[in-house]
Amino acid sequence: MEFLGALQGLLGPTWLAVWTLAKIVAILAPLLLCVAYLTLAERKMIGYIQVRIGPNRVGPRGWLQPIADGLKLLVKEIIVPTGANKALFVLAPIMVMMPAMAAWAVVPFSPELVLADIDAGLLYILAITSMGVYGVIIAGWASNSKYAFLGALRSAAQMVSYELAMGFALVCVLMAAQSLNLGEIVRMQQGGLGLLNWFWIPLFPMFLVYFISGVAETNRAPFDVAEGESEIVAGFHVEYSGMAFAVFFIAEYANMILISTLAAIMFLGGWLSPVPFLPDGFIWLAVKISFLLFCFLWFRATFPRYRYDQIMRLGWKVFLPLTILWIVVLGAWMQTPLWVWWK
Amino acid sequence: MTFNEFVFYTFSAILILAALGVITARNPVYAVLFLVLAFFTSAALWMQLQAEFLAIVLVLVYVGAVMVLFLFVVMMLDINLDRLREGYWNYLAPALVVAGVMVAVMVTVLGGRYFGFGEMPAPPSLPAGYSNTKELGRLLYTDYVYPFEIAAVILLVAIVAAIALTLRRRRDTKRIDPARQIEVRREDRVRVVSMPAEKQD
Repeated sequence: MEFLGALQGLLGPTWLAVWTLAKIVAILAPLLLCVAYLTLAERKMIGYIQVRIGPNRVGPRGWLQPIADGLKLLVKEIIVPTGANKALFVLAPIMVMMPAMAAWAVVPFSPELVLADIDAGLLYILAITSMGVYGVIIAGWASNSKYAFLGALRSAAQMVSYELAMGFALVCVLMAAQSLNLGEIVRMQQGGLGLLNWFWIPLFPMFLVYFISGVAETNRAPFDVAEGESEIVAGFHVEYSGMAFAVFFIAEYANMILISTLAAIMFLGGWLSPVPFLPDGFIWLAVKISFLLFCFLWFRATFPRYRYDQIMRLGWKVFLPLTILWIVVLGAWMQTPLWVWWK
Repeated sequence: MTFNEFVFYTFSAILILAALGVITARNPVYAVLFLVLAFFTSAALWMQLQAEFLAIVLVLVYVGAVMVLFLFVVMMLDINLDRLREGYWNYLAPALVVAGVMVAVMVTVLGGRYFGFGEMPAPPSLPAGYSNTKELGRLLYTDYVYPFEIAAVILLVAIVAAIALTLRRRRDTKRIDPARQIEVRREDRVRVVSMPAEKQD
């Protein structure tokens, strides 16, 4: 702490900028490491589910596999297809990556550990994550390829549709929490009963809707028609290679971690401990995120891909009416003495 | 120049350049992307006016939803740029008249007595616990509840009208409605006819 004080005196007015940058790095560097090891976890877990071992050659038991993959992608050539719009082709991966990273600014990791403790945190997350779709559309259009364009159209339509259900599910959360601040939402779930105080009990249908919409939003199996290897090769990023492809890949996994984190914060009590006699802390949030990420991988290994019209039907005709109905039910419920989640 | 002024002038410059890009870009996809940038920077400017709810909603609604659909449509269009440029000189005179009227209107409003810098002081600095969102929600549902409800009804009418205008039922599709399929009973499809046995010969 003394060292920090001395540094503050040395840097003068630029201290705030430097200190904020340091905090951003302290959030993003572990995030990227998590992304790298999530890919390994995915390959290993799906391997075990399918009764094989998975990557086991690079490093002890394959633990260095993500590093090797990263190095390989770094040195590979980036090929720009003929007739592609070069400026937009390069811009697209950046546009996908930006929201996936920027949304972490308001995520509270523990009561004190949050980069920007802003009042409209939930709105900020909705606004920033809704921009991720631009990168996908631009990638598909700029590639000058039929498959990429079809993939981009599918993906964009899917993301726009499921964003609605997701937004309405979050309206229920903010009704129950009486606040848009993510830290405040976690604090509203605090109580003497541990995990029975969390919002997953009164908002259980919304928890399911949010998580399933999250799977669709990140274009993961079973909603991965945007990639659909058997029909359109790899969807919107079919023309990308090397690091440009890796950026799409990292953004997809960072989005998965983000969706899991938000679900853990809003429905599973964030950093709160599930039983009253154990202390709260970041470790609980990490456990909850890991469990939800495991569900992502589990879905991928279990379910076959949805048909496209079935995806649209689920989003518009099942989830959207259900969320609107639950807003009304919740509003009525909160007026009765049966609502025990008041603070 | 304070830091706030620096931020304001930077974002204003980006906003003006992006707005110019919207009308000068040859490729309509570029024009849409410039418009997205314009919305985003104006949201940043609103944020500086301490209207964080409006700023975030601008990004959420216009950038996140409306412009995505715009981009969708523009990408699907097969636009011939040369045909769009045809008749540039014919349209120039009426366009200049319209632009002149718009400039005159803006100057009368902005240069008038009620809209000077004196009339529009900088927003007062607000206490730490002040929530822009909460305050706006309270005002909308108490003082301005009737205008708000009327606006909502007008929007609903617009939605219904838009759907009614574009809805057309095609008779030649082979689409199957699963609900109607399940509802089918034996009586709808099979007719049991009782008829006397016939002789072979």
